[in-house]
Amino acid sequence: MTMPFYVSPEQVMQDKAEYARKGVSRGKSSVTLEYDSGVLLMAENPSSLSKIGEIYDRIAFAGVGKFSEFDQLRKLGVRYADTRGYAYSRDDVRAKALANAYSQAMGEVFTREMKPLEVEVIVAEVGDDTLAGHESNAIYRVQFDGSISDHEGFCVIGGAAEELGSLLRSDYRPGLPLKEALQLGYRALQRAAAGEPNVTSDNLEVCLLERNRVGRKFRRLSTDTLRELLGT
Amino acid sequence: MPISFGGRYRGSSFTGLLASEDEQLLPDWGQLCQAGLDPDRVPHGTTVLAFKFCDGVIVAGDRLATEGHRVASRDIEKVLATDGYSLVAIAGAAGPALEMARLMRIELEHYEKIEGESLELDGKANRLSQMIRANLPAAMQGLVVVPLFAGYDRRRRQGRLWKFDVTGGRYEETDYEATGSGGLYARESMKKYHDPAASRDAGLRCAIQALSDAADEDRATGGVDLERGIYPVVNFCTAEGIDRAADAEIDRIYREILAARRRPSGGVRR
Repeated sequence: MTMPFYVSPEQVMQDKAEYARKGVSRGKSSVTLEYDSGVLLMAENPSSLSKIGEIYDRIAFAGVGKFSEFDQLRKLGVRYADTRGYAYSRDDVRAKALANAYSQAMGEVFTREMKPLEVEVIVAEVGDDTLAGHESNAIYRVQFDGSISDHEGFCVIGGAAEELGSLLRSDYRPGLPLKEALQLGYRALQRAAAGEPNVTSDNLEVCLLERNRVGRKFRRLSTDTLRELLGT
Repeated sequence: MPISFGGRYRGSSFTGLLASEDEQLLPDWGQLCQAGLDPDRVPHGTTVLAFKFCDGVIVAGDRLATEGHRVASRDIEKVLATDGYSLVAIAGAAGPALEMARLMRIELEHYEKIEGESLELDGKANRLSQMIRANLPAAMQGLVVVPLFAGYDRRRRQGRLWKFDVTGGRYEETDYEATGSGGLYARESMKKYHDPAASRDAGLRCAIQALSDAADEDRATGGVDLERGIYPVVNFCTAEGIDRAADAEIDRIYREILAARRRPSGGVRR
């Protein structure tokens, strides 16, 4: 019998992290921004398979990386939220708890499984002015190893996250109207795709969480609406 | 499966998810009946109706719930939107019926979120009939739930409506249907006044007339309660979605109906 080579845990983790990071960076980026009356989620997406989805009344999801993996996470989120909302109340379904659940599940895969998840996800929640204590928006980012962070104003995930983040840091200001926030996100995504064919309203996926909507606040923008807002 | 919050369920049905992962959350009304619950001691919803009009379908219901011969609630809402283009109108045992309507709403929303597109109207009606069938053990003990389901079919561009029996039997109606204790009288009324090509206003009048007729003959049906200002729920479901008639509108039409029916003196003089 041959003994397996000894590999230090540090090395294993580093290798896994590198593998996951590579997987994530192959994918296109996704931007989430707060605007004056809600939260805007956008992603470059030439296919008809969605990268952004509705989780619950005030909560949306965005994923980058391997589609099958983040879509599975999205479905888990919907199941989690609907069960919780049925067992308690619709207002008890919060982004923070969901982001924590994602962090646990993704961290578990990272430590236990051979292959880590090659994904990064965003959980965004829009505030509700009629509920005291629930007024503010929340944006959480969960990475392949389960590390979780919360963000104010904007958050970028995916391959070019660093670069896009620096552009947004200099140009973003709170309280932007929808049109300006959309154009800012659009500019950022276009920079990420530099050198490749351009991002247009046809290969852009944009969803909103609209603060002033009654009930389910999630809305997917049609290509026509996008064209109009972007002026392309 | 590597990614998991602990569950194994992979389908797109919410009730299926509960049955697989959180069975204790699924209501089991049959068990309550076996424990010796008297079905007359729980609130019952009375009259609901649905019919087609020129733009789609109208679904309406009175606001009374009774417990045997007593009033349980004067302002219960028995017509509930299950999504943007469909409604369920409940009659029978109010507790299980309301819970079923709530589950139905989550079921449709859950499917839409998981699959990325909503069920066809036929699929929704079919799902509801399966939920009624699951309630059969309770129905056999007296906790009967017999809703109406109606909606706007965006593929076929028309309003459609269904009635159900306790076994989950599903029957699509061509024009109108009513159920509940005053359902028979409401149906008789609609037989005379209903017109599938009616305008919104004429449709609203037909709905209020039918509910008033039911309230007139059936003591358990509420009708319009002018004294307390409680009005029936009348919903229009069309290509634009669901729109509820304003109380003021119902009040105006009801007073017109009353004025037309009023006699100078009533009863037999002795």
